[in-house]
Amino acid sequence: MKRNKLWAIGALFVSGSALAYIAVGDLGENLVYYWSPTEMVAAKQKAVGATIRLGGLVEPGSLVPTGHTLNFRVTDGTTTVPVTTQEVPPQMFREGIGVVVEGTVDGAGQFTSKRMMVKHDNEYRAPTDGSTPSNAAMFGTMDEG
Amino acid sequence: MKNQWEHAVGLFGLVLLMIGSYQGLFVAPPDRFMGDVMRIMYVHVPTAWVTLLVFTMVFFVSIAWLIRGTWRWDALQESGTEVGVVLGCLLLCQGSIWARPTWGVWWDWDPRLTTTAVLVLAFGAILALRTFIDDPKRRATLTAVASIVAYVDVPIVYFSVRWWRSLHQVQSSPNTVDGSMVTPLRINAFAMLFIAIWFIARRYRIARQRLAEEMKELEAA
Repeated sequence: MKRNKLWAIGALFVSGSALAYIAVGDLGENLVYYWSPTEMVAAKQKAVGATIRLGGLVEPGSLVPTGHTLNFRVTDGTTTVPVTTQEVPPQMFREGIGVVVEGTVDGAGQFTSKRMMVKHDNEYRAPTDGSTPSNAAMFGTMDEG
Repeated sequence: MKNQWEHAVGLFGLVLLMIGSYQGLFVAPPDRFMGDVMRIMYVHVPTAWVTLLVFTMVFFVSIAWLIRGTWRWDALQESGTEVGVVLGCLLLCQGSIWARPTWGVWWDWDPRLTTTAVLVLAFGAILALRTFIDDPKRRATLTAVASIVAYVDVPIVYFSVRWWRSLHQVQSSPNTVDGSMVTPLRINAFAMLFIAIWFIARRYRIARQRLAEEMKELEAA
């Protein structure tokens, strides 16, 4: 069974170092699920044309439905990006909630979304009469990992 | 009835599941935004916990096989992996059903979802690997090594929502969940745990019998 113990040590070493690499390595820098508006604007031409994901909050008061088009702004508190889409929004979609929109941005900074996703936070609450969701809870949906 | 202990555990789990699901469906309030859709949490979250727990067991029995070389560890590796993969598939389906009305999509390649899919595929591949190797000792050793390596994905799945930006929300805690919703969640967590133990125990006996048959054939040959 001596050889098997070597196998055990080898396997543990492989999985341990893989975990360490992923946990402390800079993988997150290269592997970003979505860009914040600030990052996208900072990337300038690099962001234009390619299909990217943009994540942020739907800026309160920015939602303008016109015909089959939905216009709103996505913000991270610092930078705001205008988004237009012809998609049907998810039922949870509303002002102030976190969204991840997939699509392209043009040179003028206008984002066109072909796929919209609503981010739900980790709070589960019973409805109360006349309650309004707090802003803090909304920002909670955009917590960065 | 033989092997009564595991049937007792399993039946207890089923009763708990009925109580927890009844509470989750009819007693607990709906979520203020998601409405009734959030009730799937009462099976989804327990399934997730138990899936990761079962793969954790597979990890330790794999090490035990490599150190001890006793067949019971290999049989547990096989049964645990199989139950874990089934639970993992259930987990992905439940999540998908919840995601469509909440996020608006059935699936997206966010870190949590991707790493979970990798987890299920990796252990599914280990099950396939088992069927390819005829020599029981070789099979046990190779799948134990593969399981230890594949297990690395379990902490990654757990921390994916904290390490990286994701669509999936981070773990809830009793602070972020209404008290009325915590009780059915806890009941169902124990229910799923007992049911998983039941399945693993049943599957373990099959694995032992197959191993015994294989040994007989090898001796006869």
